[in-house]
Amino acid sequence: MKKLINHPQNVPAEFLAGLALAHADILKVCLDPVYVVRVDAPVPGKTGIVSGGGSGHEPMHVGYVGKGMLDAACPGQVFTSPTPDQIEAATRAVNGGAGVLHIVKNYTGDIMNFEMAAELCQERGIEVRAVVINDDVAVEDSLYTAGRRGVGVTVFAEKLCGAAAQRGYDLARVEALCRKVNGNGRSMGMALTSCTVPAAGKPTFELGEDEMEMGIGIHGEPGRERMPLLPAAELTARMAATILADLPFRGGDEVIAMVNGMGGTPLMELYLVYGELERILRGLRIRVARRLVGNYITSLEMAGCSITLLKADDEMRALWDDPVLTPGLQWGI
Amino acid sequence: MAVGKPEVLKWLEVLQQVYAENRQWLTELDSAIGDADHGINMDRGFTAVKAELAAHPPSEIRSVFQSVATALIRHVGGAAGPLYGTFFLRAAAACPRKTEIEAADVVALFQAGIKGIEQRGKAVGGDKTMLDALLPALDAMRKGLENGCSLAAILDAGAVAAHAGMLATVAMQAHKGRASYMGARSIGHQDPGATSSYLLLKAAADTWRS
Repeated sequence: MKKLINHPQNVPAEFLAGLALAHADILKVCLDPVYVVRVDAPVPGKTGIVSGGGSGHEPMHVGYVGKGMLDAACPGQVFTSPTPDQIEAATRAVNGGAGVLHIVKNYTGDIMNFEMAAELCQERGIEVRAVVINDDVAVEDSLYTAGRRGVGVTVFAEKLCGAAAQRGYDLARVEALCRKVNGNGRSMGMALTSCTVPAAGKPTFELGEDEMEMGIGIHGEPGRERMPLLPAAELTARMAATILADLPFRGGDEVIAMVNGMGGTPLMELYLVYGELERILRGLRIRVARRLVGNYITSLEMAGCSITLLKADDEMRALWDDPVLTPGLQWGI
Repeated sequence: MAVGKPEVLKWLEVLQQVYAENRQWLTELDSAIGDADHGINMDRGFTAVKAELAAHPPSEIRSVFQSVATALIRHVGGAAGPLYGTFFLRAAAACPRKTEIEAADVVALFQAGIKGIEQRGKAVGGDKTMLDALLPALDAMRKGLENGCSLAAILDAGAVAAHAGMLATVAMQAHKGRASYMGARSIGHQDPGATSSYLLLKAAADTWRS
């Protein structure tokens, strides 16, 4: 294992110390229990937005704390969900009296820890609603699995709900928006290489030189199929086809699109994939109204990419353009 | 025999060693079908339990279990934190306020803990989870109790059943947790949660036999 670290166990605490120093104008890091919070929290009368999950996906979630996005994020150990005491403390810290929305990715551990935290908050009289994001089309959604994983749409949900809360939407309206975003967004990912959890010290899985894992999750958990590496045009077409057929997206739709790196992919390759994607969408008369190309929801040093499409209406487009000031997304300010 | 606070503390001390020794094995099992953190998380959790019990020695058996639950919930994360945390929380609630607990009490608190895991995780037997070790173990322990067996024999029966249940997860397809995302590819791998649950029962059987 080659990583820029001191000791594997200390990675989360030490990277958060750096984050706090680098972005002291935007956020602060609280310890024991650990959470990252907007400098000006709680904002009186504003619906609070809290998310969280394992570390190793940066900039998600801690890099999305700031004005116009998350009020707080709870980072767990690498690829391990945060604990209820962290989530409860963060929720209390951001509650401006208008209640708090939890944006939770659909993983068994995340769901259970957020549920336990919500119970603790409700005992303290804080109104909490939770929306579970489950946009990964690579996973069969059935009674016989844990359901679809929460991936790229989480970034869109945090941006749009954060903007809505900043505009003054109450908890019920922010929750409804979050459900609408989740319902209209779909993602799929693929990996060229594995990733190494610092405390594990070796790659989570092995991929041959000429292989790729189609439908990879963001924790190195295997996808739906291991197959020979395809040219970018073909693999983009394959991922796009699976995503487009699922909602389904239709000619005339407007979308917010994301081509996301997994942490180890050069931007050059991500723009190449984006070019292929927009060409495919234009051919189907689907207009890309807004887009992100870069590393937004990563899997340590994994190489590969994911594609997320969100069918966007006027409300979502307007909220997308609202100002945002976080380490990971900044515009309009 | 009966189990007093020293025996309960001994069990937890052994568990800390067991999860430290098996950290790599559990993590390797989790690499195959999950996210490669189970051994790391269990080791961290029970190390925190040890520290918590040393820093704040509980006065009675029930409060030992409460401290364990809090430490696990705060330090494990993932799915294992809430699940094992709930196990000890429910065990604490089911634990009578006595200085020594009898075989029937021990079975009752395992039963309460395992029911708690069922409720929290919403899994059933055959889903390739911790429950595939715990539910057969509970059955075996209840039978042992009904047949008037000694606590040592009851716990041995539980550990043997948990071991068989753990091995049976190899042939199962996962329906819960991250392994379920693999579909049929989860078949052929032993479930790491069932494995850590077997280790939990095995340690109790080994510790409380005399």
